[in-house]
Amino acid sequence: MFPSNSVGLVQTQTFTFAQDEPFALESGATLSPVTLAYEAYGRLNADRSNAILVCHALSGGAHAAGYLTPDDAQPGWWDDCIGPGKAFDTDRYFVLCSNVLGSCYGSSGPGSVDLATGQRYGLHFPVVTIGDMVRAQVRLLDHLGIDRLLAVAGGSMGGMQVLEWAAHHSQRVRAAIPIATTARHSPMLIAFSEVGRQAIYADPAWNQGDYYSNGRRPDAGLSVARMVGHITYLSEQSMHEKFGRRLQGRERYGYEFQTEFEIESYLKHNGDKFTRRFDANSYLYVTKALDYFDPAGQHGGSLAAAFEHAADTAFLVISFTSDWLYPSYHSKELVRALTAAGCDVTYLDIESSWGHDAFLVEVETMTRLLGSFLERVRGEV
Amino acid sequence: MVAANDQQAAAYAALRPDLQAVADLTPAGAKVLDLGCGDGALLAYLVRHKQARGRGIELSEAGVMACVGRGLSVRQGHLQEGLADYPANSFDVVILSQTLPFLDDPAAILAEMLRVGKSALVSFPNWGYWRCRLELLLTGRVPLAPDLPQHWYDAPRWQAVSITDFAGFCQQVGIAITREIYLNRGRRARIIKVKNLLATTAVFRLEKATQARKM
Repeated sequence: MFPSNSVGLVQTQTFTFAQDEPFALESGATLSPVTLAYEAYGRLNADRSNAILVCHALSGGAHAAGYLTPDDAQPGWWDDCIGPGKAFDTDRYFVLCSNVLGSCYGSSGPGSVDLATGQRYGLHFPVVTIGDMVRAQVRLLDHLGIDRLLAVAGGSMGGMQVLEWAAHHSQRVRAAIPIATTARHSPMLIAFSEVGRQAIYADPAWNQGDYYSNGRRPDAGLSVARMVGHITYLSEQSMHEKFGRRLQGRERYGYEFQTEFEIESYLKHNGDKFTRRFDANSYLYVTKALDYFDPAGQHGGSLAAAFEHAADTAFLVISFTSDWLYPSYHSKELVRALTAAGCDVTYLDIESSWGHDAFLVEVETMTRLLGSFLERVRGEV
Repeated sequence: MVAANDQQAAAYAALRPDLQAVADLTPAGAKVLDLGCGDGALLAYLVRHKQARGRGIELSEAGVMACVGRGLSVRQGHLQEGLADYPANSFDVVILSQTLPFLDDPAAILAEMLRVGKSALVSFPNWGYWRCRLELLLTGRVPLAPDLPQHWYDAPRWQAVSITDFAGFCQQVGIAITREIYLNRGRRARIIKVKNLLATTAVFRLEKATQARKM
């Protein structure tokens, strides 16, 4: 039914906490209750030492591997790397993934119902940070009885969560694997986030975030936001190779304002597809969390100081040569800071033409790298 | 125990001769940084058999992949920028094996090695070897280094150095050579007096001269 190296049929579970005592957020606001959706693959060993937490990126969810129904066409978002014999080998490791706070795949977010009013939160949902997302994950681990993770791994925004784990919860992490990520958004990256948000604000259907009961959703705005994002996930070279200047279903220019180039059609298709699976308000919340993330800023501007308690954590930092969203020099800066903090750092800038998306595509290299690295840290536990 | 010794002997025998000399000069349990660690053969040996805490810096993706495959902790990057990140005296030993002829700025790298490490182990090919001298004299061609395969056009940088050149430089900048091992085409050679004529490769332990005098 499913490929033999698949984790097979999986189920998303939920964990709800902070019913009695509200969950305090970095902003000073509180949230109660808090629900996290999560999935788990593989088996937790007797001494509970083989757990790996996988953190998802901006638009991901808890469904990282396997299939939700017997006739599910699409496996989870990191199925290439999670399963028997894969990079995160479920024959050896207990792999967990939870949907971040503020998102729309089962965890508490702006689309959840506020028990105080009986209405969906919309913009009444408090602004959350990467730090809040990770502290919620800590609560999930407490619930599951896992004191210490063998590793925490993730790409892009998942990598930020990895860094947050290492900076603030290092005693609970043996190894940290930040992939294609950055320790802070530069002004240019904040600018890209803001264009996406402005596209949503500008859609009349957005209605200040209050659209859940209107029957109309800000699809046009969310679609443009996704298109802008998508451009930053590709590279000039991969666009050249995939689309060139080819026209979609026609021989010559029409001298009109229709979708003509293949790249236009591809972006539009991806934008439309995204509106069917993601909530515009969640897009606002999650991109805001990306922009706020700044561990160095929390430590007097010193990134090394942010990791001064992580000297016992082994790091595997991975970047990709054609990633221009979070370019290699962001990772190199991180590696420098970790080195200065006395951490054990392995770093590789993988040659790839796939841009930021490479972390989902360069499966073979990643499998070798992650497999060996995890094998080592497992042996050292 | 015997099996472990056999294993160590086999691993030692598999090392390049100059790396065997470097391994001999590395104290057990040392904190080691290997610059240009390649596929990690030396570092793996030091970690496994000399209980070293090893770290490496390597430029090539293939090298880093091989090192991670051996369970080593290695950073990809240029030596110069990589070294700059480490606090002073972070390592007992910093290793530079058969890489000296290819460095952009050897003086700066050597100074950095002795900032980051309490000592440095350097192996390099000796262009003072008599065959090199003869080849230049008789053919008018600049000879290949005795124990290195690269031609001058194979590498972005390729500087010919002899033992006498290197020793002179060390004296000039206040670096003490505190141990020396000479190889002649892969074999240890007891040739302290005519080393610049007979050695194909030199392996030196270096320390800051002030530090060495104190010891």
